Amino acid sequence: MASLPLPLAKVGRSTLWQSTLWRHLLLAVAGLVVVVLVLEGTSDFRNAQLAAMAYLGIAAGGLTVLTGLNGQISLGHGAFMAIGAYTTALLYQGTEPVLPVLGVLLAATLVALVVGAAVGVAAARLHGPYLAGATLALAIAVPGIALFFDGVLGGEQGLNVRLPEVPGWFADILFFLTAHDVSSSKYVAYIGWLSLIVTFVLLANLSRSRVGRIWRAVRDDEVAAEIAGINLGRARVLAFLVSAACAGLAGAVMAMAVRLTAPSGFTLTLSLTLLTAVVLGGLGSLLGALIGAALLTFLPQVVTGVGADLGLSDLQSAELTPLVYGLTMVLVILLAPAGIVGSVRGWWRSRAEKAHKPA
Amino acid sequence: MKRWTRTLTMVTSVVTTGAVVAACGAGSSREASGASASEVGITKSSIKIGAHFPLTGVAAPGYSEIPTGMKAYFDYVNANGGVNGRKIEFVVRDDGYNPTNTSQVTNELALKEQIFAMVGGLGTPTHAAVVDFLNSEKVPDLFVSSGALQWGDDVEAKPYTFGWQPDYESEGKIIGQYVAENMPDAKVGLFLQDDDLGRDSEKGVRQFLDKQIVAVQRYTSGNTDVAPQIAGLQAKGADLVLSFNTPSYTALSQLVSMKLNYKPKWFYANIGSDPTLVGSLLSKFSEGKVDGASPLDGVLTTEYISGVDSTDDPWVKLWQKVWDENGGKGDLTNYRVYGMAKAYAFVQALQAAGENPTRESIVKAVENWDPSTAGPELAPFRFSEESHMGISGMRIVQLEGGVSKPLTPVLVTDTGDAPIKEDTSGQGDDAPPANGIPDVKPAG
Repeated sequence: MASLPLPLAKVGRSTLWQSTLWRHLLLAVAGLVVVVLVLEGTSDFRNAQLAAMAYLGIAAGGLTVLTGLNGQISLGHGAFMAIGAYTTALLYQGTEPVLPVLGVLLAATLVALVVGAAVGVAAARLHGPYLAGATLALAIAVPGIALFFDGVLGGEQGLNVRLPEVPGWFADILFFLTAHDVSSSKYVAYIGWLSLIVTFVLLANLSRSRVGRIWRAVRDDEVAAEIAGINLGRARVLAFLVSAACAGLAGAVMAMAVRLTAPSGFTLTLSLTLLTAVVLGGLGSLLGALIGAALLTFLPQVVTGVGADLGLSDLQSAELTPLVYGLTMVLVILLAPAGIVGSVRGWWRSRAEKAHKPA
Repeated sequence: MKRWTRTLTMVTSVVTTGAVVAACGAGSSREASGASASEVGITKSSIKIGAHFPLTGVAAPGYSEIPTGMKAYFDYVNANGGVNGRKIEFVVRDDGYNPTNTSQVTNELALKEQIFAMVGGLGTPTHAAVVDFLNSEKVPDLFVSSGALQWGDDVEAKPYTFGWQPDYESEGKIIGQYVAENMPDAKVGLFLQDDDLGRDSEKGVRQFLDKQIVAVQRYTSGNTDVAPQIAGLQAKGADLVLSFNTPSYTALSQLVSMKLNYKPKWFYANIGSDPTLVGSLLSKFSEGKVDGASPLDGVLTTEYISGVDSTDDPWVKLWQKVWDENGGKGDLTNYRVYGMAKAYAFVQALQAAGENPTRESIVKAVENWDPSTAGPELAPFRFSEESHMGISGMRIVQLEGGVSKPLTPVLVTDTGDAPIKEDTSGQGDDAPPANGIPDVKPAG
C-alpha cells in the first residue's frame, strides 16, 4: 500500500478495498461483467478483434512486469509466444485433440515457463543492451526452428489450429445469461479474456507482494538490494519466468484466435509490437499494457477505414497505418513520456497533492 | 458503520450488474436458429466481394497490382450497367503476406464488411490460414491466387473453395515432360521454394525427370541469401535449372549466379518469370549495376493467359481498353492482366449463378462450369463437383527481349498420372464479346 497516494489512504476506504487480494478479485469480477457485456453487445468481427486485444494484452502484461518492475528489457517475447502457439498447435489439431482447451492453455504456459527458465538463467547474467541483444537473437532464432523441423512443425506454412468447439455447459450458461448463441469466434474471445483476467489478477497480486517489492528493489538499485539480502539472480530469473509464462499463454490464445501457427506470425515485429504496447500504455502498469494492446489492435483497422472513407486508394490507406502508428508513438513519447497511464497518474497525483496543501 | 455501507454498496452494485446482465437473457434453453445466410453481401443493386492481398511489405511488388487490375475490370462492368443490374463493390485489405494479419483482415471482410464471396485472396501460407474459417462460415472462396493443390483437391473438406490458375503439380509435369523430350541429356537441377510451391511442383517434375535430376536445392521465403543453394547446383554440375520460385527469387538467383559465373540454362515456372518485374527487381537489388530484363533473355517459362507483350491478342486488347478507361496510375502489367482475367471469371460465375445469386448458387454454378465458355485462359477450367482445380494447362514459351515466343502448343493435364495432351478445345483461340463483358446463361 506504500505507493498509494496519501490522500486516498486518509479518506479511509472499506476494509475490503484495503485488502489487496479482495480489491483485485472485486476488480476482476467487475472486469468479467464488463467483458460479458462488451462481448455480447458487439459483432462477431469485434469479438475477433477483442480476442486479438486479449492475447496482446496478456503478453504485454507479462512484459510490463519484467521491464517495468524488474528493469529487464526483452526484445524476444515474440519467441515465447511462438513457443506457446506451437505447443497449442501440436496439441490442438485434427478432429480429436489431445487435451481440452484448458489443458492446452496450461500446457502452453508450462512449456514457455520451462524455456523461460533456461533463458532466464542466462539472462540474469546480462544487463541492459546485452540482455536486449540476447533476447533479440532468441526472437530471430525461434521461428527458424519451425523451418528446420518442417516435418513436425509445418515449415513456412505452419500448422493449422482447429476452431475450439463450444462446450455445451458454457453455451448453456451464456444463453441463460444473454439469450445469445455462442459462435466459435465469440468463444475464443471469452477464452482470451478469461485468461487475461486470471493472468492480471495473479500479476497484480504478485507485484503488490514481497516478490514485487524485491523486483522493484532490484530495478532501482542493485547494490542496495544486494546489501538488503536480496539474491539478485534469483529475483531476475523469477521475473523472467513469470513473464515468459504469460507470453506462452498469450501465444496459445493467439494460435486459437488466428487458427494458424506459422513462423511469419512471430517475426521480430511482434516482439517490438509488444514493447510498443508497454511503452505506449505506461511502463509497469497492467492497465497501461491493456490500453497499449487496445491501441495496437484497433488503430490499424480504424486508420485504414478512415483512409478509405477519405477516398484514398486501398494501397494508400494500407500505407497510412504505419505512418499513424509512428506518429502516435512520437506524440506519446513527446507529450506523455511515462506512457498514457503513467502520465495520467502523475497528473492526478499532483492535482490531489495541490488540493490537499493548505493555501 | 460507514465502512460497512461502502462494502455493501460495492458488493450490491456488482451483484446487481450481474443480475441485469442475466435479466437480458432468456433464461430458457437454446435452440438452433434457422436464419439463412445466403442474402449476405448482396442487394438488388449491389454485390460486395473482397480479398486479401499484400499491398505493403516484401511480397507487395507485383502482387499489389493484381487488385488494381481486378478493380479496373469491375469498374468497367459497373460502368456498363453491372451484372443483372448489380454493381460490384470490391473491398481489398492488406495482409502484408503475414498469415496472422490475413486472419484478422478476413474476419473483417467476412464479419464486418459482410462480403458475399472472397475472390482472389492471394498466397499459399496466407490463404491457408483462413480457408477453414471461410468454409465454416460458408463464404464462397473463389479463385484463390495460388497454384497449391489444396484449394481444389479436397472438395469434401473445402466445398466453398476454388482454385484458378494451373496447379503447381500440373505445371511441374508439363515442364518435366518437355525437358525429358527436348533435352534428354541435360543434367537437371531443381531450385525450389520450401513450401507447397516447391513440393507440389517437384512431385510433377519427378514423374518425368527422376533420373535426370542431379541436384535439388530449397530456399525459405524471406531468407534473401541464396548463394549456398546456387553454389550447390553449380557444384553438382547442373546445366539446366528448373526454378519454382517467386519473382524476387528469380532476380536473386540471377544475381548470385552472375557472381559465381554460373551459366546454366534457366527454366522458371510461370509464377516467378514476369520479365518486367524481375527486371526492375534486378536493377534494384544490384543497385543499378544490372539493367532491365536482359539477363532473362533466352529463359524458358510457361504461360496460361496471354501477357501484355502479345499486343495483337484480342483479350490483351480488351485489357488495354479497360485499363485506359478505368485504371489508375501506371501502365498495364502482367499482374493487372492476371487480376482482370480473374475478375472476368468472377463476372462469368456471377452470371451463371442466375438472376438472384446466393452463396450456394454461385458455388453450384462454378461446379457446373461449361468448359467451352470463352475466356482469357488458354486452356479450359477443370471445375466439377469432384474437383475445384482451375485452369487445366499452359504452353511453354521462351523469353526474348521481354516477349514470350511459344515453343509448344497449349498442353493440358491434371494431377496424378493423368496424361499430358495437346489442348483441342480451342480455348486459346477464342475472343471476348465486342462489349468486353461476358454473357453466360444461368446454369440449369
